[in-house]
Amino acid sequence: MTTDALPNQIQELIEDFDAVPEPDKLQLLLEFSRSLPELPARYGEHPEDLEQVVECQSPLFLAVELEEGTQDPGVNIFFSAPAEAPTTRGFASILYEGLDGLPASTVLEIPDDLPERFGLTKLVSPLRMRGMSAMLGRIKRQVKEQQAARSAD
Amino acid sequence: MPVEAENNQDFSQYAHPERLVSTQWVADNVGKPGVVVVESDEDVLLYETGHIPGSVKVDWHTDLNEPDTRDYVDGKQFAELMSRKGISRDDTIVVYGDKSNWWAAYALWVFTLFGHQDVRLMNGGRDKWVAEGRELTTDTTEVTPTDYPVVERDDSVIRAYREDVLENLGTTPLIDVRSPQEYTGERTHMPDYPQEGTLRGGHIPTAASVPWARAAAEDATFKSRDELDAIYREEVGLSDGDDIVAYCRIGERSSHTWFVLTHLLGFDKVRNYDGSWTEWGNAVRVPVAQGEARGEAPEGVR
Repeated sequence: MTTDALPNQIQELIEDFDAVPEPDKLQLLLEFSRSLPELPARYGEHPEDLEQVVECQSPLFLAVELEEGTQDPGVNIFFSAPAEAPTTRGFASILYEGLDGLPASTVLEIPDDLPERFGLTKLVSPLRMRGMSAMLGRIKRQVKEQQAARSAD
Repeated sequence: MPVEAENNQDFSQYAHPERLVSTQWVADNVGKPGVVVVESDEDVLLYETGHIPGSVKVDWHTDLNEPDTRDYVDGKQFAELMSRKGISRDDTIVVYGDKSNWWAAYALWVFTLFGHQDVRLMNGGRDKWVAEGRELTTDTTEVTPTDYPVVERDDSVIRAYREDVLENLGTTPLIDVRSPQEYTGERTHMPDYPQEGTLRGGHIPTAASVPWARAAAEDATFKSRDELDAIYREEVGLSDGDDIVAYCRIGERSSHTWFVLTHLLGFDKVRNYDGSWTEWGNAVRVPVAQGEARGEAPEGVR
């Protein structure tokens, strides 16, 4: 998949980061970290239903849900990360805004190098970037597993 | 001129008590002439979410690492950084950060490579400051740029290279400060996910395993001298006069241990091998030990 073929909601995010000079990119990431939605109560009460992304240097948990009833269901993503981990929260927030609501087939086609396309690799160390790649990898794996479980029903 | 050391009973147990200050001392002295408070974190954005009023930020990745070569910045780049942060050569620098001062100790170690005389850690770091309900601000700190001199980095005293470690295998005590799973070489990641960046797991033969955080107390301060002596002298077997090398993955966690051994316990020949496992675990034909045993130095590696 080329950059041209990325879903609009992701392409716009990439353009947002592209449009600001390097020092301001961190500020933009900080704004994303602040806008990460709270977990819905059903997860807040059941943290064991979330999957930990152990590749992140800070605690980050995620959950993936497929919408009901269609051939190619929409994907809903939920993240939990502490306020003391703003970079991790920022990555989660980018993925939330970029992926949430997309059809499962589209999520599975998102290129694995997506995290490198935000121009953050110079500002954020490789290990920190790997955390974002791991989130994307785990989201895709959950989508696949849940689709497989559904077609087995 | 550097300011006087804090007169604090809690610190007198350590070999070099002048290397620590308390959160209260920082609250009383931040912004005074000759004192610059520096925040250095694992998380590149944490300072922006709120920092000690009057402190400046130094990021290990963007400020201290050379972007092209795997090395630290040179004397000129360091002088520019310090000037930009409003630090003079004879200022007292107090570093604090997240995760029990893990990255703060790394910054302190790099500052020491450039011979900055008076660098201290705020005991307990950011976590303790926050836990005590002390003030944080998102206001930008006004900095008056300085003219920090260009001083060449001296790697010969506190930095170890792979060759040094290999040549002295079996004679120089090594401390591996990574997690027990990293030490044994057990895979910690889930199937389907690539291990990050090293081709071999395990540790350098003869290295003792002492995860860095064992030196930190619950409240992110350092453990007492007695507790630290029990770990490093009694359990590991280090003795005064030993030439010691600490390593981890890229040299950050081992800076924390370097600080403990050098400034709290008074060992005078401690080096940090910053190449660490991301170099050793990828290097061709260097010996690797796996499992819980320290392992032997193989014959003929020198």
